[in-house]
Amino acid sequence: MNLNFSFFTHDVIANFIFKGLLFSIQLSLVAMTGGALLGTLLALLRLSSKRWLSIPAKLYVNTLRSIPLVMVILWFYLLIPMLIKRSIGAELSAFITFTIFEAAYYSEIMRAGILSVAPGQVNAGYALGLTYWQCMKYVVLPQAIRNMLPVFATQTIILFQDTSLVYAIGAYDLLKGFEIAGKNYNRPVETYLIAALVYFIICFFFSSLAKSLQKKIQIIR
Amino acid sequence: MSSFFQWKIFLQDTGGGQTYLQWLISAWGWTLAVSFCSWAIAIIVGVFIGIIRTLPNKFLLFIGNTWTEVFRNIPLIIQIFIWYHVIPSIFLSLRQVPPFILVVIALGFFTSARISELVKAGMESLSKGQLQAGLALGLTRSQTYRYILLPLAFRIIIPPLTSESMNIIKNSSVAFAVSISELTMFALQAGEETSRNIEIFFATTFLYFVSAFAVNRLALYIENRLKLPGAIGGAR
Repeated sequence: MNLNFSFFTHDVIANFIFKGLLFSIQLSLVAMTGGALLGTLLALLRLSSKRWLSIPAKLYVNTLRSIPLVMVILWFYLLIPMLIKRSIGAELSAFITFTIFEAAYYSEIMRAGILSVAPGQVNAGYALGLTYWQCMKYVVLPQAIRNMLPVFATQTIILFQDTSLVYAIGAYDLLKGFEIAGKNYNRPVETYLIAALVYFIICFFFSSLAKSLQKKIQIIR
Repeated sequence: MSSFFQWKIFLQDTGGGQTYLQWLISAWGWTLAVSFCSWAIAIIVGVFIGIIRTLPNKFLLFIGNTWTEVFRNIPLIIQIFIWYHVIPSIFLSLRQVPPFILVVIALGFFTSARISELVKAGMESLSKGQLQAGLALGLTRSQTYRYILLPLAFRIIIPPLTSESMNIIKNSSVAFAVSISELTMFALQAGEETSRNIEIFFATTFLYFVSAFAVNRLALYIENRLKLPGAIGGAR
């Protein structure tokens, strides 16, 4: 079969692809920010010595981490309208789902980052007369963030790839944009190839960026 | 509660001579079949690619790195679409290949990239002395890999390998996109037919949970059986 990419013009990008790309990026950014904040909270809860704080957080994280994302997307798309008694579109549902889902993954990254700082560091900080917050700000967090940044970046790239799974509820994301364009011009094979290339370029670019960033801020041991 | 959860739905006939329970079990079977076959491909290809990325050969290194980057940086659902829609229409002779095989290849290659990363990291975590000692004792490079480096590296990467194996079960759910009749596809179709989404989704989610948990326990058992005396994880 002959591949023909001539249909793929500026108009196609403007009419079909751009809207989807914008949504995928928005979804990734919202889920990253919301997920990281909620995830940090969950990590702190899990590290708490009070069991009534740590056990619910552990349950939340482990449950979400053991269910396929597609099922989580479908669950929320089913449950949210049941709970609030009205339907919210696929796009809004995706924002809520991804934030809640990614929080479980980010919380594990945050927890590992905080645990990676040796307790001696905190003790040394206190011994030097730092207060709790000074100790956090100047000793613990700079090291914790350096330690978890590579994994954080990897997880965010995975998150961007995973946004393509909103296919399950029909939200208009980058993949959907390609699919509709492919249907309209009757060129599905070519559009899937271009979609793969576009995702590859974006993800490859950011993972290379993450690698060089990691080298730059690595603690020299 | 009993009016909300109507589990009797699973005893109802689908109209095709089987109950929803039987359909659920067969969908579970498909999920496990896709997962297991993909896992086998992922291990074989992933270990191979991982090994050639540790060899002192620029060409093999390039092939290995390219493989890993390509299969890691494209979302799984698009890789499945490529294998299902694109490859058969470019290579017409592949038209006859059943969708199951195509999905298994897609998921297997996708995961192989991740496994190759693990293998490479595991090999790099071994001290250089292991390789040098092997070569100095007169073993060939492949003997050193076979008898010294790989057995050590394998034990180190069992924990992340376990979570990759659990990920395969979770990722097999993406196969619904090309209508493989696995659990997610069952949930979508049976949910629509019966309008008892909650019960159907609960059962489906539970089976994913059970499958992933079983893999986890099995891996823990293997890890304990293979532990080397005196070596704590690192086994330097």
